[in-house]
Amino acid sequence: MGADLFEIGVNTAKLLVIFLMMVQIVPLLVWVERRGSAYIQNRFGPNRVGPLGLTQLLADAVKFIFKEEFIPDKNRRFIFYAAPVVALIPGALAFAAIPLSIPISVETFELFGQSWGPYTFLFQGYEVGIGIVFVLGVSSLGAYALLMAGYGSSNKYSMFGALRASAQMISYELALGLSLVGILLIFNTFDFQQIIDAQKGQMVIAGNALPLPNWGIFYQPIGFILFVIAVFAETNRLPFDLPEAESELVAGYHTEYGGIKMNMFYIGEYGHMLVASGLMVTFYFGGYNLPWFLPQAEELIASYGNVMAAVILHLVFLAKVGLFLWIFVWVRWTIPRFRYDQLMDLGWKTMLPWALANTIITAIVVFWMRS
Amino acid sequence: MASIVPVLVLTAIVVGFGIFLVVVTGMLGPKLPQSELKKKSYECGIEVQETGHSKIPIKFYLTAILFILFDIEIIFMYPWAVTFADSITGGYGLQVLLAMGVFLFVFIVGLFWEVKSKALEWE
Repeated sequence: MGADLFEIGVNTAKLLVIFLMMVQIVPLLVWVERRGSAYIQNRFGPNRVGPLGLTQLLADAVKFIFKEEFIPDKNRRFIFYAAPVVALIPGALAFAAIPLSIPISVETFELFGQSWGPYTFLFQGYEVGIGIVFVLGVSSLGAYALLMAGYGSSNKYSMFGALRASAQMISYELALGLSLVGILLIFNTFDFQQIIDAQKGQMVIAGNALPLPNWGIFYQPIGFILFVIAVFAETNRLPFDLPEAESELVAGYHTEYGGIKMNMFYIGEYGHMLVASGLMVTFYFGGYNLPWFLPQAEELIASYGNVMAAVILHLVFLAKVGLFLWIFVWVRWTIPRFRYDQLMDLGWKTMLPWALANTIITAIVVFWMRS
Repeated sequence: MASIVPVLVLTAIVVGFGIFLVVVTGMLGPKLPQSELKKKSYECGIEVQETGHSKIPIKFYLTAILFILFDIEIIFMYPWAVTFADSITGGYGLQVLLAMGVFLFVFIVGLFWEVKSKALEWE
């Protein structure tokens, strides 16, 4: 956590801020989702409360908090109440491991008659050396929250929704894990920071500079497509929202939940989307770096100072993540839902062989290029 | 060990936040009279037929077993993929590539057998 009190304090505050950032992005995304769907379906959406309907979110939050709490007739009450709490964990833990911008260095300074520093604060919650494995492991904990919700609800719709959800999540976990092997073969590291640094500058193949940024998507186009499909299934978003197919299962695993407890499942789902977008940006779109013809991190530090450069690059990261979050919303209102056997066939019989083929071809090309 | 401490701190923050939300919002809000019907599980307005704890299709269990098999095989590829470039510079890249080829062959045969044995058919 840190060597002295100041560093421990800043690192703890950083964890809190990043977690609250994840929580705060939920109402914003719900607003984008409702306005976006209205725009796509040629209607107005929420536009009465406040400018552009933005304070609708505040009204919704107040309504959620002041809902009546009644004790439902459950024989597994602890699991019923624990499930929404567990739903918050995977998104928060995984998002804190993704680098959001360049580290900030602080010089030695005097405070309370004592000299502090120098420090280097990473622009992320914490750094784990095995970043990719950690994020994959933590985000697959999401299946537990769904299963607990279904099991604790004493309701057959919830139970079937939870079973479907967990079977779907584990099936697409295979394609997700396998589609990242290509990225590991190219960058040779589990560490997010090293992956982002490796994507700096211009793409150079066999000594020829191509007019493309050195981003992962140009090395792994098939891997990127498989990864996107798999994270859509992992986050239980349309066209893969079988767990809560409202025409078959009422509302799936959160049929029995209301008020803030249902909202916590939404925080978990949108947090998962945020992590998925962050991973796509980190692996395939150069993380927080700008393309080569725009100022790079070193030039920004030289002209604006360390802190301003970190803020600018953080905004770049957020812009890239926002683009992918919009694609999540866009796809939801464009593509209809799969049937369940089609979903499982796509996961096991289509995506898994394609991911295998991608791995084998990448390995052979890497061997051929480097030896 | 030092790198796990912030992870545990964040877990504590998240769980604390979640418990706070569940407990405190339970205390706010109106307290209306309860009735037997209100406490029942949702069942489209009729008597509860089945609570979902009785029968679970065996298919889900089979999927979970197959997932564990394949997931372990995939996680074996991760250290191989990370060290592959070092193997090439070390001069034994071809051996490492062929060794993974044998492993992948077993993987692909397993996948084919699984499809052939109709373990993945959903009706």
